[in-house]
Amino acid sequence: MKRGWIGSALAQALVYTFAATGIAAAQTETGPVNGAIGLQPAATEVAQDIANFHDLLLWIITAVTLFVLALLLYVMLRFNKGANPTPKKFTHNLTVEVIWTVVPVLILVFISLFSFPLLFKQERIPQAELTIKAIGNTWRWDYSYPDQGVDITSLPLSEEDAKAQNRPFRMAVDEPMYVPAGVNVRMLVTSNDVIHAFSVPSFGIKEDAVPGRINETWFNVPKEGIYYGFCQELCGTLHGFMPIEVRVVSKAEFERWVQSKGGQLASAEPAPAAPAAPTAPAPDATPAPVAPATPG
Amino acid sequence: MATNQTAHADEHAHGDHRPSPYNPLRWLFSTNHKDIGTMYLIFAIIAGVIGGAMSGLIRWELAEPGVQIFWGMADAGNLGTDKLFSVQMPDGSHKAIFGNEHGYNVMVTMHGLIMIFFMVMPAMIGGFGNWFVPLMIGAPDMAFPRMNNISFWLLPVAFALATISMLVPGGSMGQGFGGGWTLYAPLSTSQQLHGGPSMDLLILSLHIAGISSILGAINFIVTIFNMRAPGMTLHRMPLFVWSILVTVWLLLLSLPVLAGAITMLLTDRNFGTNFFNAAGGGDPVMYQHLFWFFGHPEVYILILPGFGIVSQIVSTFSKKPVFGYLGMAYAMVSIGVIGFIVWAHHMYTVGMGLELEAYFVAATMIIAVPTGIKIFSWIATMWGGSIDLKVPMLWAIGFIFLFTLGGVTGVVLANSGIDTVLHDTYYVVAHFHYVLSMGAVFAIFAGFYYWLPKMSGLKYSGLLGGLHFWIFFVGVNIIFFPQHFLGLQGMPRRYADYPDGFAYWNYVSSIGYAITAVGALVFFYMLLDMFVLRRRKLETAENASPWGEGATTLEWTLSSPPPFHQFNELPVVAEEKHH
Repeated sequence: MKRGWIGSALAQALVYTFAATGIAAAQTETGPVNGAIGLQPAATEVAQDIANFHDLLLWIITAVTLFVLALLLYVMLRFNKGANPTPKKFTHNLTVEVIWTVVPVLILVFISLFSFPLLFKQERIPQAELTIKAIGNTWRWDYSYPDQGVDITSLPLSEEDAKAQNRPFRMAVDEPMYVPAGVNVRMLVTSNDVIHAFSVPSFGIKEDAVPGRINETWFNVPKEGIYYGFCQELCGTLHGFMPIEVRVVSKAEFERWVQSKGGQLASAEPAPAAPAAPTAPAPDATPAPVAPATPG
Repeated sequence: MATNQTAHADEHAHGDHRPSPYNPLRWLFSTNHKDIGTMYLIFAIIAGVIGGAMSGLIRWELAEPGVQIFWGMADAGNLGTDKLFSVQMPDGSHKAIFGNEHGYNVMVTMHGLIMIFFMVMPAMIGGFGNWFVPLMIGAPDMAFPRMNNISFWLLPVAFALATISMLVPGGSMGQGFGGGWTLYAPLSTSQQLHGGPSMDLLILSLHIAGISSILGAINFIVTIFNMRAPGMTLHRMPLFVWSILVTVWLLLLSLPVLAGAITMLLTDRNFGTNFFNAAGGGDPVMYQHLFWFFGHPEVYILILPGFGIVSQIVSTFSKKPVFGYLGMAYAMVSIGVIGFIVWAHHMYTVGMGLELEAYFVAATMIIAVPTGIKIFSWIATMWGGSIDLKVPMLWAIGFIFLFTLGGVTGVVLANSGIDTVLHDTYYVVAHFHYVLSMGAVFAIFAGFYYWLPKMSGLKYSGLLGGLHFWIFFVGVNIIFFPQHFLGLQGMPRRYADYPDGFAYWNYVSSIGYAITAVGALVFFYMLLDMFVLRRRKLETAENASPWGEGATTLEWTLSSPPPFHQFNELPVVAEEKHH
């Protein structure tokens, strides 16, 4: 997985670590970094493919732009009225016209060789071990783990709370979305009111949350850590204040978290003596796959 | 009045005797394409100042993390007069003039709508189109002069409705409509969020602006098809006329779709229909399809006349005919045609399905080919020429470079695979401002500096024009280039506030705005200098054509300013004397 122009050194700098309160160990946090000029470091294979493809495109578009700039500078110097007082009168040259039609076509064909496989990889959702449903509301995200019977509401931390907990304001939330590391996660995205969009840049995913539809996407994050995302479709006054925080944790920790939220583990073996939660699991909390085609 | 009537009687005898500019009826009842063109240009300048001031508020708000001027809901309690743009109400409480984050969304929405419908389109099509299409094809006026009048006068009405929409209740979130220029349902139809009259006024405003444009489009199509001077065949028309012809066809075919879509918004809002309401069996995504079926041709409507303007200027100041004339004309035609079948690349993330996405990726990338033909043909026009870097040429070359830069990021965004990361981020904002704010606006300034002496008969200061160009060139690049970085880092569009991780480049971008604003001041000083302070008339020798031998189109055969009624005897266009 080699990163191109942006450079692996920069990618390293984009990942910053600090001890987050509330979690015992130091956590890798991935989100926007002040002054950075490239993509956020890729947390999934798809995101890495996107980054590689973007690096390739960046080379191509930089070359094209510099080529046009060089031509412009050349004609301005070589053919300005001082250097070339008598203009030529030609208006056609079949050869160059064919070249500047065919060469761009070839470049585009070359680009599409990488573009389509990436698209197919993103859109073909593999067998998933965990399904999470993200529901957009004005203005917060709800997360539902249908197989585990966990439903949480995620609100951004207030400025005071963020400061007190040493967490990034406008990104950190009170109830993050937990996922186990190294597992294919299927995200179902929908909305209760207006259109929102669920996105985590470092995962390479963005899916509109449209009322009446359930959209699908997927990710698989091998590395544990905290990953930040945003609502990316204008949804009203507090559009900028419904951040997404994803905690990628070990399987064991994920199971502990599910139990702490009163959920049941979906795996074959029944949860070993789940602590009797004050509120018993809802009657319909038995594992039941949701039908994604059902219009909400 | 009496004197005016005398003047009016005179003018039939002498085509160059124009009525007094101080008579309001000359403007109100005008059927003269040049007067109407002038009104369009002045209207566009006013709208541009308002839309530009709005972008100033946007950049001010985004200069640093936290609230600067759109005091948020959380601040409402402790607002004091010490906070910017906070005023004391009669009851002693404090209120933020521009509202909260919703006020920010209103600014973003109206900035987009004003710049598109009330600045770029009136300037290019209404202004330069009205002025120079009849002149360039050797016609005495537009085909339907009275329809031309109402095309213009509907526009201030539409603009007034749009302005009023900002001042009336928008819904539970505050005054005005804050759903973005795309007016996506269900945000725009939500009774809870946008239940107020604001959105209805905006729909009405767009309807009227749309009617204005459709009438204008019909007028241009009939004029260009029927009123060309003898010998001015379609394949001899100047490229600017070609660009307007393609543009108005796009308008005529796409605007009715917008009108249908926003009418459905109107009935969804007020009459209980459920076109876009999922709970009632409708589909919000259908609105997006309808909107972008209009919206994508619309962005070509904004840029195609710029292509035409730049072609004229590059040819004039290289003293060389346009390279590959037919290729240039049909590149615009094919851009217009393909522009109708790529709309869903604006909605890759709605969940439209793999096959559809793959199709739109392929179709979108194809547009790069005719666009590339245009860029390289402009350079080939300059190649071997004798280039005079006067002010219009500076803007035109600036256009070519910056449009290329904006175009190549379009190729990146065309790939749905990458768009999953970049969609609705500042990368998109940077992309479309490079092609519009620098493409279309640079083309407008190029055309303005190119034709201003023709329209006024006056000389402007090349020094001030050049200064304007260079300050603008530096300023807009400082605004928008860093926005690519913000977008790559994931910064979403239309955020009134953002995490600290986006602070640095936002600050740089806001500095760029300040620089650009200085450039705008230079522009207005240039106008003041030209029209009031010095008022230098073009010398007799260069009166018809101040740009010399390179300016070969018909408008340069007339005096500057052209007679009030021109071509009473139609010019005959010879084989080699065209474009």
